[in-house]
Amino acid sequence: MYPSRFRYEAPTSLEEAIALLQQGAGEAKILAGGQSLIPLLKLRFAAPELLVDINGLPGLDHLVADPDGTIRIGALVRHEHIERSTLITERQPTIAAAAPLVADPIVRTRGTFVGSLCHADPQGDWAACMIALDGSIVAQGPNGRRTIPAREFVTGTFENVLDPAEIAVEAVIPPPQGEAHGGYLKLERRIGDFATAAVAVAADLRDGQVSRAGIALVGVGATTIDAREAADSLVDGALGPEAIDRAADLAAEAAHPRSDHRGSASYKRHIVRTFTARILTQLDRSTQKAA
Amino acid sequence: MAIDEIKIGGMGARQRRVEDNRFIRGKGNYVDDIVLPGMLHMEILRSPVAHARIRSIDVSRAWEIPGVRLVLTGEMLAARNLAWMPTLSYDTQAVLATDKVRFQGQEVAAVVADDPYIAKDACEAIVVDYEPLPVIVNPDQAMAPDAPLIRDDKVNQHDNRVFDWEVGDRERTEQAFAEADVVSTLELHYPRSHPSPIETCGSIADFDRSTEKLTVYMTTQAPHIIRAAVAMVAELPEHMIRIISPDIGGGFGNKVPVYPGYVVSILASILTERPVKWIEDKTGNLISTGFGRDIYLKGELALRSDGRILGVRMHTTSDHGAFFSDAQPSKFKVGLMHSAFACYDIPTAHLTATGVYTNKAPGGVAYRCSFRVTEAMYFQERMVHAAADDLGIDQAEIRRRNFVRDDDFPHRTAFGFLTDSGQYTKCLDLGLEAVDYEGFLREKEEARKQGRLLGIGISTMTEPLGAGNSREYDILGIKMFDAAELRVHMTGKAILRTGAKTQGQGHETTWAQIVAHELGIPANDVVVEEGDTDTAPFGMGTYASRSTPVAGAAVSMVARKIRAKARKIAAHLLEVSEEDIEWELGRFYVRSAPDRGVTIQECAMAAYSNVPDGMEPGLENHAYYDPPNLTWPFAAYIATVEVDPETGVWDVLRVVAVDDCGVRINPMIVEGQIMGGLTEAYAMSSMQFITFDADGNCIGSNYMDYLLPTAWETPGFELHEVVTPCPHHPIGAKGVGECATVGGPAAFVNAVMDALKDTGVRNIDMPLLPDRVHRALTTGADVSGAPPVDPDAP
Ligand SMILES: Cc1cc2nc3c(=O)[nH]c(=O)nc-3n(C[C@H](O)[C@H](O)[C@H](O)COP(=O)(O)OP(=O)(O)OC[C@H]3O[C@@H](n4cnc5c(N)ncnc54)[C@H](O)[C@@H]3O)c2cc1C
Repeated sequence: MYPSRFRYEAPTSLEEAIALLQQGAGEAKILAGGQSLIPLLKLRFAAPELLVDINGLPGLDHLVADPDGTIRIGALVRHEHIERSTLITERQPTIAAAAPLVADPIVRTRGTFVGSLCHADPQGDWAACMIALDGSIVAQGPNGRRTIPAREFVTGTFENVLDPAEIAVEAVIPPPQGEAHGGYLKLERRIGDFATAAVAVAADLRDGQVSRAGIALVGVGATTIDAREAADSLVDGALGPEAIDRAADLAAEAAHPRSDHRGSASYKRHIVRTFTARILTQLDRSTQKAA
Repeated sequence: MAIDEIKIGGMGARQRRVEDNRFIRGKGNYVDDIVLPGMLHMEILRSPVAHARIRSIDVSRAWEIPGVRLVLTGEMLAARNLAWMPTLSYDTQAVLATDKVRFQGQEVAAVVADDPYIAKDACEAIVVDYEPLPVIVNPDQAMAPDAPLIRDDKVNQHDNRVFDWEVGDRERTEQAFAEADVVSTLELHYPRSHPSPIETCGSIADFDRSTEKLTVYMTTQAPHIIRAAVAMVAELPEHMIRIISPDIGGGFGNKVPVYPGYVVSILASILTERPVKWIEDKTGNLISTGFGRDIYLKGELALRSDGRILGVRMHTTSDHGAFFSDAQPSKFKVGLMHSAFACYDIPTAHLTATGVYTNKAPGGVAYRCSFRVTEAMYFQERMVHAAADDLGIDQAEIRRRNFVRDDDFPHRTAFGFLTDSGQYTKCLDLGLEAVDYEGFLREKEEARKQGRLLGIGISTMTEPLGAGNSREYDILGIKMFDAAELRVHMTGKAILRTGAKTQGQGHETTWAQIVAHELGIPANDVVVEEGDTDTAPFGMGTYASRSTPVAGAAVSMVARKIRAKARKIAAHLLEVSEEDIEWELGRFYVRSAPDRGVTIQECAMAAYSNVPDGMEPGLENHAYYDPPNLTWPFAAYIATVEVDPETGVWDVLRVVAVDDCGVRINPMIVEGQIMGGLTEAYAMSSMQFITFDADGNCIGSNYMDYLLPTAWETPGFELHEVVTPCPHHPIGAKGVGECATVGGPAAFVNAVMDALKDTGVRNIDMPLLPDRVHRALTTGADVSGAPPVDPDAP
């Protein structure tokens, strides 16, 4: 690969990294797992003057649950780490379902969860999970820390709200309101392919009723789509064929797909509907079995 | 007393591939691994648009970048009469564009610099002013009355037609259709694909002014043809050209043609008097070098109601891109398309073919196939499938009723080929038994009641592999035969060279096994070398499954010449007359006294230390082999699938393959070839294709869009074998490298079509992407895959 010329720095503290980014004045780029950035450099779609490699920063590789059930994912946690985490498999079904479907096993050893959120690819899998889960991103910059809801984090295709000198330090998933349920289904043409369409569903259940729900759609719009109406339609009711049908229809309506070589717009919309219904039906069955 | 042939790695031994040792350790030596002193680096600037007039090219800013040594444009090449070069199909192809660009990715300029980064920077500094022209991406557009003329560079070219061609018996075939009970028709598109070897194309040209010798390290499957081509294009004397094809990271037909990058790197080395390295990037490879397929069929079968095929009518329209540079025997315009239906006993057939120019990359290479045989067999087996459905006859039965019988060889096919041997019904029945055909049909019926869609697809075919013979097969007049040279050293070890060029097929292992079989020299004692035109004997190279049928036969023949001489030496050593000598593997002995013998190694030593009076010393020889005919392997591939009616996603349940490729030299390598071929067949049917949007933008220009299946999605394969030795090959072998790529796709597609049978859909064009299958399921209509991809489709 023959990218444009750039300077490379590997700071060893967050402060140093932020200072470098400030110096870079908008011409600097953070390098995390490199699984999105390096391809862009290779194709010369991106030509930053400075790369700030954050892989050497201490204290960013935590994947932990707080006593209240909040899950924190540090900026250097790799996809693979999430896939193998018992914390995730035991507590966070939406993330657990998506983990083996992100990219391929090789990419998963390098790519980071937070880097994926920052990259803001409408076909990225993790952003949908975070939106469905009401998650947020903690960023640190010259002026300190701030917390940004995942829903507001992305401003457009490959664009986020971070200032040039801000680093996303962790992703935060709030505790469930009741029992956490959820799922993730992705139509891909081949392993390692981005989604033709994918659906993330999170539904917290309390006494058989949906106490909180989130549905987000991948690959069917300019950004990840928050199918709010579809999710809201489930809240305060029990799951069942009618509720599922309604939510699936609303999710399909929320999609804004474009026809391309992955499939026609109507097909992608149909997949959104089908997958939403499949996840919810599966969820309904498994909770009924448990009850 | 006799040697155990398997122990010495002879015929039938599952020898581990000797080449893998270095490949697995990362010690292969590819073109890009080679570093010469003072070497410069070349990058090519490619056209971003598919069809445009070049108003101007401004290279001044590129020259200003420190480290830039040379900037080349078409104009500068034209001054040296090098702006255009001949193709392998009697057409011309632009080396660097002068007048127009005719496809996205076409070579427009080149920069030579101290390192590839600088060269790439300088390419970006070149300013090209393009005046856009209307773009053509399919034959319908190409043949429209008001279509813009793509090849306005050619005199007497008034439209976008490349050729019209026909073969077969038109009148007799018309008669057959007039007498048919049923006529079954089918329209298909075999999409454009790209061989996509993992190693891209590249070269290092090294012109030495002091010796006047040009050495080119290059990714080529056919070094000797390249030497001849360079001699003609660059007007250099052939003996002053040395082509070295080192380890090759896959070819699949992609590395047969001459590409502009090779030519420009040679010129750059002559001009700079420094070695110049050019290594194409992946996108450059996918968008500009030899593609495969891209051909349309209107097919008709004249049928008797009992299932007998009375006649075949085919019309193909092939999309050749901007330059007709198919790599194929020159006599045939659509390769060996007329090998279609060779396994069936059919009275008459007629094929008409039209070729067109479009604003797409040129190259029509035989992607893992013997010159459009892949398309021929796909069309054949899709047509037979549709015919069975039209007649309401079982898929296996219609094939049985039409197969050439075992006792009917040699058989003249309806299109005029001569097939030599086979046991077609036996192969099919073995496959059906392995897959439990009857059981599956019951299972399918049961599943249907639950709304599940199961399907089974069969594909049976014999294909012509191993061009020549030289009477009929030549490329630009160069006859298609091969040579081998064997030198046995005094300690009985040997070096073998051939004019073929391995790219993963395992020649280094297989050829040594043939020598072991012929001479009893252990395979491990034979080193095999190919690819250097200064040392290797002449050959047409490796593609079209021709190595074992042609070069492999030459290996046998040269070993036999060595054995004949060794016999004379043995007689001398044993002090008997030659007539009294018998041969067993690795040893000559006296017929009347079998204990008295000499080994081949002892003969080798004597060849250098104790030759009989009057005999030339040494134990070396060479052989040219001009095959009497092509070889005709047969295969039956059967796939079972389940289609998800809600999403159109289909999964392969089982794949059963029965291959009869004659005698298997190294069964493990043969099986590897079949599995690789089946993987590519699955790829074609499910995901791997190149398409274009209406502006001629290539979709499939990188590995995110051009999908090669991984181990993850590739199904498991169940392999079976039948052995019908080739009657005219010295060791009874037939070609095999491509059988599964050729015969496989139809098995998968037929299986999905079988699952969709109740919908009335007759065809979905490959690849059977889930959205296409879903559309067919919901509309009941056929789904065409012809470009352009419509971004605004509903
Ligand atoms: C072959 C392949 C297949 C893939 N398939 C999928 C897929 O199916 N689904 C999917 O979701 N993804 C896929 N990806 C993308 C992959 O998930 C990436 O790992 C991810 O998008 C980016 O994470 P990263 O750590 O590699 O980020 P990098 O590539 O290092 O950075 C990506 C961008 O985010 C910025 N960034 C990174 N970290 C931070 C931070 N902490 N703070 C601020 N900005 C930051 C960078 O500056 C850059 O702009 C694929 C990638 C490849 C190469």
